[in-house]
Amino acid sequence: MKAKIYVTLKKSVLDPQGVTVKHALESLGYKGVEDVRLGKYFEVTLETKDKKKAAKEIEQMCHKLLVNPVIEAFKYDLE
Amino acid sequence: MKFGVIRFPGSNCDQDCYHVPAAVLGEKAEYIWHKEEKIHHYDCIIVPGGFSYGDYLRTGAIARFSPVMKSVVEYAKGGGLVIGICNGFQILLESGLLPGAMLRNRTLKFVCKYVDIRVENVETPFTGELSHGDVLHIPVAHGEGNYYCDAQTLADLKKHKQIVFTYCDRFGKVTGEANPNGSLDNIAGICNRKGNVLGMMPHPERASETCMGSTDGRAIFESIRAAVKNGTFRMACT
Repeated sequence: MKAKIYVTLKKSVLDPQGVTVKHALESLGYKGVEDVRLGKYFEVTLETKDKKKAAKEIEQMCHKLLVNPVIEAFKYDLE
Repeated sequence: MKFGVIRFPGSNCDQDCYHVPAAVLGEKAEYIWHKEEKIHHYDCIIVPGGFSYGDYLRTGAIARFSPVMKSVVEYAKGGGLVIGICNGFQILLESGLLPGAMLRNRTLKFVCKYVDIRVENVETPFTGELSHGDVLHIPVAHGEGNYYCDAQTLADLKKHKQIVFTYCDRFGKVTGEANPNGSLDNIAGICNRKGNVLGMMPHPERASETCMGSTDGRAIFESIRAAVKNGTFRMACT
């Protein structure tokens, strides 16, 4: 089973890279860009086929290592 | 007294952090390899700067799980003195010994220059030889030194006098222009509530001898020595 994990800075945290990319897009003429947030994307392949077990493990992995809960939020899909 | 300097793969300030206690202060110092599971008989542990584990994932995120960090956490929880400098500060944040996190510098640039920092709390074993409001001229060198925490944590830091250093101008005024990285409230260094763990982004070990252009950092090492020799923070660790 494969987990696709998306990690982004929390909404309350200023993302200086996102702001810079937004400005760059504007300078290219894209005037309608409201916001840009950068993040990280992980693909974690697990041996298990049990979705419940996989979800539990992925959440643990996120809390223990993949995500810093002070500044980051995450979501994931299992396939 | 004896300093222990942790070495991770990618540490690059370890030799400076060894040199100042050993050669400038004339105290004992030893390197501690990150695979050590027990740390013995040190009066102060220095977690040096650099790029531990290549800064993979997040700065300090992998180093936090190295075998030695478990002992460092126990040592700190037992009251032992721990100072984390630059990447060392980031590791202490990731390990939960200090609150908050580091974001990419506001400018997105790696900042490598001398800055001025103001001493905000002299009631710590790291600042006892300094005076409140002293301005220290010390270099920074980092890409992620933009300290962040939520409002509640910031209020707690203030309430318990955990903000130890702030970025300021050369007259000691804490201004937006003096902030090199966008750090919340110009925070350059914080301690834990007990005061025995300090994290700071500036490098006092790079400013402890005249030939380095500033000797302002030396007072931090001298403060540690004084605190240990006075006995207040002497520590037999695990």
